[in-house]
Amino acid sequence: MLTVTDLSVKYGNTPVVNNINLALGDDEILMLVGPTGCGKTTILQALAGLVPISSGSIELGHWQATADKNVPPEKRNVGMVFQDFALFPHLTVQQNVCFRLKNTAMADYWIELLRLDNFRDAKPDRLSGGQKQRVALARTLAHEPDFVLLDEPLSNLDAAFKDSLRWEIRQALKAAGVPAIWVTHDQDEALSVGDRVGVLNKGVIAQLDTPEKCFSEPTSRFVARFLGDASFMPGQRKQNIVSTRIGQAPGNTTDTRAEHVDLLLRPDDIALTVNGEHCNGSVDWVRFEGGTRLCAVTLDPIENESPIQLKIRVSHENAVQPNERVQLQIDTTHPLATFART
Amino acid sequence: MRRLPKSYPFAFLIAALAILPLSVLFVLAGDSAEFFDTHNLRVLGNTLALVTLTIVGATLLGVPLAILTTYVHLPWRKLWLILLAAPLAMPSYIGAFTLYFALGPGGEIESLLGIPTPSIEGLWGSALVMSLYTYPFVMMTTRASLLSLDGSLINAARTLGMSLPASLLHVVLPRVLRSIAAGALLAALYALSDFGTPAILRLDTFTRVIFVEYNAFGLSQAAMLSIQLLVIVGLVLFVESTIKGNTERPGRPLCLWPARWQKVLMLGATLPIIILAIVLPLAIFVVWLIREGVGNFDISYAWNSAYASLLAALAAVILAVPVAHAAISGKAGRLMERVTYFGFGVPGIVMGTALVYVGLQLPVLYQTLGLLVIAYVLRFLPLAVGSVRTTAERLDPSLVKAARVLGASPREAFRRITLPLTYRGMVAGAALVFLEAMRELPATLMLGPTGFETLATYMWRVYEAGYFGMAAIPGLLLVLLSGLGLAIMLTGEGRSGYAMKEE
Repeated sequence: MLTVTDLSVKYGNTPVVNNINLALGDDEILMLVGPTGCGKTTILQALAGLVPISSGSIELGHWQATADKNVPPEKRNVGMVFQDFALFPHLTVQQNVCFRLKNTAMADYWIELLRLDNFRDAKPDRLSGGQKQRVALARTLAHEPDFVLLDEPLSNLDAAFKDSLRWEIRQALKAAGVPAIWVTHDQDEALSVGDRVGVLNKGVIAQLDTPEKCFSEPTSRFVARFLGDASFMPGQRKQNIVSTRIGQAPGNTTDTRAEHVDLLLRPDDIALTVNGEHCNGSVDWVRFEGGTRLCAVTLDPIENESPIQLKIRVSHENAVQPNERVQLQIDTTHPLATFART
Repeated sequence: MRRLPKSYPFAFLIAALAILPLSVLFVLAGDSAEFFDTHNLRVLGNTLALVTLTIVGATLLGVPLAILTTYVHLPWRKLWLILLAAPLAMPSYIGAFTLYFALGPGGEIESLLGIPTPSIEGLWGSALVMSLYTYPFVMMTTRASLLSLDGSLINAARTLGMSLPASLLHVVLPRVLRSIAAGALLAALYALSDFGTPAILRLDTFTRVIFVEYNAFGLSQAAMLSIQLLVIVGLVLFVESTIKGNTERPGRPLCLWPARWQKVLMLGATLPIIILAIVLPLAIFVVWLIREGVGNFDISYAWNSAYASLLAALAAVILAVPVAHAAISGKAGRLMERVTYFGFGVPGIVMGTALVYVGLQLPVLYQTLGLLVIAYVLRFLPLAVGSVRTTAERLDPSLVKAARVLGASPREAFRRITLPLTYRGMVAGAALVFLEAMRELPATLMLGPTGFETLATYMWRVYEAGYFGMAAIPGLLLVLLSGLGLAIMLTGEGRSGYAMKEE
């Protein structure tokens, strides 16, 4: 069990990470996600012991690191998978994976499981990006770490490999049965791979919960926006129902009980009808996504209200065009997140 | 048929010019009676011992300091770097000169502070002084390599359970060995060709003996000794040519955060070096300045030094560009580049001998500033070529291709892409040439036009006359002016690796 208590990191006088608290289960995968510069890589480096911490503590089984008592990286039994793979260029795949191993049984196990058998004697510069990352993963897991840190492991890879490789990494981590913290800036990756998601903003954890909760019940507008397309529709709450001028929906009351609220609308929560009887907006742009289209619609302006743009996802059969008149209608039965109007 | 790179004709001409002194020496040596005798053997032994000890000393000092200044997060990091690189700017004969008079029985330290110190003289003294003034070569080449090394490899080794010293030894060292060797060979070449240190500390190396022969009008014997010395230089250059450049993909450099007491300990360990190489010579000069005053020093000596050095620096960089590009273009070009490297090993005294002879044959050049500048350029061209080539090699070829695809002609692509991106290398190269020319002593002594007194020649004259107390002003000025050049060079090294970037 990895426990992080009130962890802060400063570079000089600049605080980069503030009062982070985490606890990780035995084979849990935690995704840390956030925009560039939010401190997620710094957290990983602090956990690995590569940068000193300014306060708080990191604890795992037999060791505890604090600001005064640093535990060097080699004593932490940490596994780290680097963004640029960090394979030793002068060693073969086999030698990389066996780097510090006396008994190579584990190396063989991971080399086979990650389908690297044919490359055992190749030097890293002859491998593709995906192969390199699998070697890096095999090296890390073969050394049987107590916990694994992954620093944007897929960011240097082709989009085509990402989907399959991210799942392969998850399976390998689960097979190894170790807790892992996986840093990414890709919200799809964060939502699909992890058991829990921590959304970071400016060195602080904005929300830490299951992917489902973070997505459908974000605790702040920042989290709502970061994890997917988010539109905010003003409305009035009566009991648990929020009424807006494009329909009503059950409102979640965990965040706010205010009467005047903004309703969080995801692109799938709205139905769009082209040239309906009660058109209430016009299309700004349409983005073809393959099976679907993503449209942005600006509602017809009414007095005392700033212009509202909503994003709606429609089937690819619905050939909606820019500048067309459309009718929008909230179309959901599950409760939606609400935020107090400011 | 494949077209020859455009830079080849220029590079060929420059290379031909570079071996001119060699052919002159062969003509001169033809009159020599003695080819090799027991005296020669002793000189050879002394020279090789000095070179070996210098390589060992410069590496032992340079490598740890490179790691310290590159990877460790130090307070006033830039300041330490400047202080530790500063001996590069100091002419080693100044070090030898001041240490010789400061240490030992009756030296300045004993007479001022009453602390008896061992005197430095002969082989060990020369090796100490040489190591103190050549370790920055190793430090700088190693630093450049360390800075381009991906730090996550060391982090990976450490997270896999390897201790930090072991990681540095097993992961970093094998991959910077080439740079260390390159720096060590530069130090070796320096030790081979340096005249002032062995002359002052009375070690009979080739350079000192050649100078003795020259003064005794044994010009052809001096030429014979020069050729023997050049054979050794050739061997070193051959070894250097087998060292290949680093082809690794660069990454963000490592950053270490040791505890405060560890930093204090590390910085404390560098103090003896700084004190011996910089503080002590400066202090001695100041003592002399207070005691003896300005003497008959004239400020025009300083202008003469800087003017000739600046001309040499400009000329060297202009000539270095085609040579560096030829070196990247192909094998023949690389050979031409190697040939120009010869000048660095040609000791100033040898270059002086050869060019005096050239001047006697070509009256146009005789006793002109031009001949002196040519001597500087021939000697120090490799420094400019080296730094221009290094930056040009790092240049991503796809950038030039991108410019070409956007419609730029080769000339425009060179002017707008290659040139701005290799500009830093040129500045660094020019600064290096400037520094070396400033402190060049024997060639200046022999080739300077009559009445053209520079800082170095003035120092030599007061030294010869025994009024070493009057060396204070030129000594201080030499250090100061060279320090200026060093500052330019260090800003050319770039600001990478300092700012700890996030993401």
